[in-house]
Amino acid sequence: MRAFDYQVPADALAAMRAVAGNDSAVFLAGGTNLVDHLKLGLTHPDLVVDITGVTSDEVVERDGGLWIGAAVRNSDLAADPRVCERYPMLSEALLSGASGQLRNMATAGGNPLQRTRCGYFQDNTTPCNKRRPGSGCAAVGGHARYQGILGTSEHCVATHPSDMAVALSALDAVVHVLGPDGERTIPFTELHRLPGDEPSRDTVLHHGDLITAIELPDTPIARRSRYRKVRDRASYAFALVSVAAAVDVTDGVVRDVRIALGGVAHKPWRAYLAEEALRGQAAIEDNFREAAAAELVDARAVDGMDGGNAFKIPLVTRTVVSVLRGLTQENQ
Amino acid sequence: MQTEINLRVDGTDRQVTVDTRTTLLDALRERLANTSPKKGCDHGQCGACTVLLNGRRVLSCLVLAVTAGGKDVVTANGLAPDGELHPVQQAFLDNDAFQCGYCTPGQVCSAVGALDEFRRGWPSHHGDTELTRAEVAERMSGNLCRCGAYTNIVTAVQQAARA
Ligand SMILES: Cc1cc2nc3c(=O)[nH]c(=O)nc-3n(C[C@H](O)[C@H](O)[C@H](O)COP(=O)(O)OP(=O)(O)OC[C@H]3O[C@@H](n4cnc5c(N)ncnc54)[C@H](O)[C@@H]3O)c2cc1C
Ligand code: SF4
Ligand code: FES
Ligand code: FES
Repeated sequence: MRAFDYQVPADALAAMRAVAGNDSAVFLAGGTNLVDHLKLGLTHPDLVVDITGVTSDEVVERDGGLWIGAAVRNSDLAADPRVCERYPMLSEALLSGASGQLRNMATAGGNPLQRTRCGYFQDNTTPCNKRRPGSGCAAVGGHARYQGILGTSEHCVATHPSDMAVALSALDAVVHVLGPDGERTIPFTELHRLPGDEPSRDTVLHHGDLITAIELPDTPIARRSRYRKVRDRASYAFALVSVAAAVDVTDGVVRDVRIALGGVAHKPWRAYLAEEALRGQAAIEDNFREAAAAELVDARAVDGMDGGNAFKIPLVTRTVVSVLRGLTQENQ
Repeated sequence: MQTEINLRVDGTDRQVTVDTRTTLLDALRERLANTSPKKGCDHGQCGACTVLLNGRRVLSCLVLAVTAGGKDVVTANGLAPDGELHPVQQAFLDNDAFQCGYCTPGQVCSAVGALDEFRRGWPSHHGDTELTRAEVAERMSGNLCRCGAYTNIVTAVQQAARA
């Protein structure tokens, strides 16, 4: 690990400036991803700026919704009674992620910015376009089980590993950012990028942009919502596929619906096509299946020496159907 | 870069100069001679390094020691200050909840944290309102045991919860 200086800035502005003004500086929040990456040699900053004290660690009411400070720990957010009552999918997503210890450390700002768990990305000795642009992608034909099926490119097929981010995408959360040009907001669904020909960039943020808060708009439909995570073991494992969903059914008809998918793409995947296919339709299983099919029209499996990830395509359909069935049965 | 930090470790104020790259785990083990927290994976995956930081269970291998300045650290050693065992430690002994013992200090600190979280009403992914075996397993899933002593660990945590 390269030696680095450590700084505790006085406030958010000073933190932003310290990083924006130095190409080799990074923000440190809970450290659960960054410290691991320092050890793996995936990042070698010469300045680490501790931001745990400069953004809010509180969840406050605003305009009927909730405003989550970037320093709120994942465990506190998951246990917040307002989150459990009004946005259960978010609490469930957080609780399905990592472990009790890690959730006590991880923050609301850091979680969505964690990087892919693609094994080749984490291994400095293999080709990886995300880590070393132009070096190739070892995942295609290699270990492909955890890779994506939607929005992949010839340059990168990695998935975004966050559970929390899938719920935030379904909830139309808004990210508050402080950058060199001042404050701005970014719709959560537009925070993460598809890999395209520039897989090294996970998000639309620029160097020095500090996430200060995440805003959950007032979302009555989310009061009855679910997060379902399918994985290789019952706990402490990343998602193969996950589904965050909320649905409003009146007189057997889907009035409104929110669906986002995890484990399938380089970003949390908001399933707009499935939502559109379902709105105004009868809340029956055939329609749920067709909605999932609509979302998966362009799905493409990755071949791999481990058998590849073609299994994810039917798995998404089955998980979407199962979650919607559960929600609509409760609804009646 | 060398930095001086003050920590409270197992009830005693300690001062130590560390390189900014040093983790809390290495500072405890290599600099303060507290070998209670163990290094299993050093990447946040096994839980052997679990300590209580300001009362909460965390992984000391992913905490930079410089960020722990001014904080209160409790390791499994500090849970038995005068040789009197903490109920969780006693329960591990009573139930033979270990084999080689390498994961045990981490398991014990994690169990203390998990029981505190449960008492405060924090929900879990499993969702039982009682500490059933499945509920304990979920709350303790961040602690791996290479010897596979899980069956007795779960029983021990259940016993400690009743203490
Ligand atoms: C063994 C293991 C299992 C895990 N399992 C899961 C899982 O199942 N599901 C899941 O979702 N996650 C899982 N995680 C990942 C974990 O949730 C993330 O590492 C964590 O949420 C990151 O948050 P942090 O605050 O620790 O971020 P840090 O590690 O501090 O930072 C992560 C990145 O974000 C940047 N950053 C942090 N905060 C800000 C901010 N406010 N503004 C701008 N940039 C910022 C940092 O510079 C860094 O690049 C697991 C991690 C481990 C080690
Ligand atoms: S899938 Fe992306 S992250 Fe993984 S090896 Fe290929 S380029 Fe790298
Ligand atoms: S040594 Fe810290 S989690 Fe394994
Ligand atoms: S008792 Fe040996 S690793 Fe758990």
